[in-house]
Amino acid sequence: MGNVLVLAEHRQGALRDVSFEMLAVAPKLAEGMGGEAVVLLFGSGMDDLAKKIVNYGVKVMVVDDPVFENFNAEIYQQALSALLDDLKPKVFMTGHTAQGVDFMPALAIEKKLPLVADAVGLAFEDGKVKATRQLYSGKLNAVVAFKEADTYLVTFREGAVEAPDPSSAGSVEKVDSPVKEEVSYRKFVEYIEAEVGDVDITQSDILVAIGRGLKEDKNLPLVEDLAAAIKADIAGSRAATDAGWIPHDRQVGTSGKAVKPKLYIAMGISGAFQHLAGMKGAKTIVAINKDPEAPIFSVADYAIVDDMFKVVPKLTEKLKELKG
Amino acid sequence: MKTFVCIKYVPDTSEAEVKLNPDGLTVDDSRFSFDINDADNYAVEESVQIKEAQGGEVTVLSIGPKKSEVMIRMALAKGCDKAMRVEDERMYGHDPLMVAKVLAGAIKGQEFDLVLTGCMASDDWHMSTGVALAEELGVNHASMVNKVEVLDGKVKVNRELEGGLLESVEVELPAVLTIQTGINEPRYAPIKGIRMAQKKELNVVSLDDIGVDPAAVGADASGIELEKLYIPEVVSTAEYLEGEPEEKAEKLATILHKGGLL
Repeated sequence: MGNVLVLAEHRQGALRDVSFEMLAVAPKLAEGMGGEAVVLLFGSGMDDLAKKIVNYGVKVMVVDDPVFENFNAEIYQQALSALLDDLKPKVFMTGHTAQGVDFMPALAIEKKLPLVADAVGLAFEDGKVKATRQLYSGKLNAVVAFKEADTYLVTFREGAVEAPDPSSAGSVEKVDSPVKEEVSYRKFVEYIEAEVGDVDITQSDILVAIGRGLKEDKNLPLVEDLAAAIKADIAGSRAATDAGWIPHDRQVGTSGKAVKPKLYIAMGISGAFQHLAGMKGAKTIVAINKDPEAPIFSVADYAIVDDMFKVVPKLTEKLKELKG
Repeated sequence: MKTFVCIKYVPDTSEAEVKLNPDGLTVDDSRFSFDINDADNYAVEESVQIKEAQGGEVTVLSIGPKKSEVMIRMALAKGCDKAMRVEDERMYGHDPLMVAKVLAGAIKGQEFDLVLTGCMASDDWHMSTGVALAEELGVNHASMVNKVEVLDGKVKVNRELEGGLLESVEVELPAVLTIQTGINEPRYAPIKGIRMAQKKELNVVSLDDIGVDPAAVGADASGIELEKLYIPEVVSTAEYLEGEPEEKAEKLATILHKGGLL
């Protein structure tokens, strides 16, 4: 039997998107292997969350234990180590998230099991489980096959596939917590909410966004001029935040904010998936980048393949003219 | 505080065209420029800042070819004390679990309080090596760290979660921390440092030298196999504006203005 075990992720009382997205992949994969998809839920007082998942026609196994109240990689690893021995799934997957990446590689080493991280596709083909993943700024895809092993470990990228619609009612089963040992060497202290800045970019109508292509902060006036001309707010990619060109609360993407403005002008942003995840919901997207292969063009409505330093000043000038 | 900082020499593919070699399993990297992995650069800075505040010693550890020594010397110039470079073709570099075993082999038997490394390599995006390394070494870890505070016998770190949320966690030492970009402002190497770096110890070792069985970290030992590489098509439905930069700008301005997008 080839069951696929999915660990659902939740935080601060809500299931993460990736938990549902994996349900677009796991049942199909399990079917190919003659098994079923089973969703595992760790937590304390999980009835409401279990109800949400059970509508996707899967079996949900709930491990209710107060030790799971806040994520702790050591406790997760301890629990999963025991559960993999018990349940013997052919595939065990979870999100490629700050949570998933914090325990899965350690679990792989402990259990001597193979791991594919950051999979964007997963299929059973020619008798093998194969994962698709990306390399080199998303410009290269790799197909990786698992060699025979008891269980294959996978972390699956959030936003790689769309969540399916709820289907039929599955079943919920409670499982005794396998956590026996207290963990004193790693302690959750607290959540720290994102700082609130002067502008909430999730409410902006027009965003002018900058990335690595800005090169240095002395080029910022170029962007500020354009933003002023069209009453836009300035946002940016992770590279722009890391470089200190924009404050953290202006960062668009997985680790920043998801924005849906009417107009998003991306300049010098290559469009790593983490960034695209945060802005592809914009109504109209303009991309200016000198690299024709930049993934940002895959979500753009209007594309300019050119040097932003040559295009942007002219754009600002022309827009000012048109406005009169 | 004794610290190891693990760094990787990676190609910059952010603006480069990626082409495959005829074998379909390797990339033609002849035209790429290589440098330190972005997140590792922040890990180097963090390790040097911790040393400056706490005292101690920082050892740079890298697996890579001879030409990566330029990068290693740069880390030494920024304040790291010595370095070890592992060069061995027998390691299966496609599997971060194998890479972690080699790094662990190089560190084992030496005293350390902290191992820092970038949370992700910009070429293969696994985000797995550091956490796997912690397990191999049998020590604690925290990944995606964007703040480190050294306390008595432990560190208090902020982990970067999704959506701008952070998680504060305390981890007892020794520990492996995987460092997120943006945690600090990586310094430029001072001229004096660059001069001094040439004289610092840089040991080049093979798997045999560090007591790692090549068979345990090779392609046959890995549970995964790279089956193929391919260049994904960038499917774009965008309207491409053509012409000289000025014409492109004009066309865009007209579209934005007339389309009522402003």
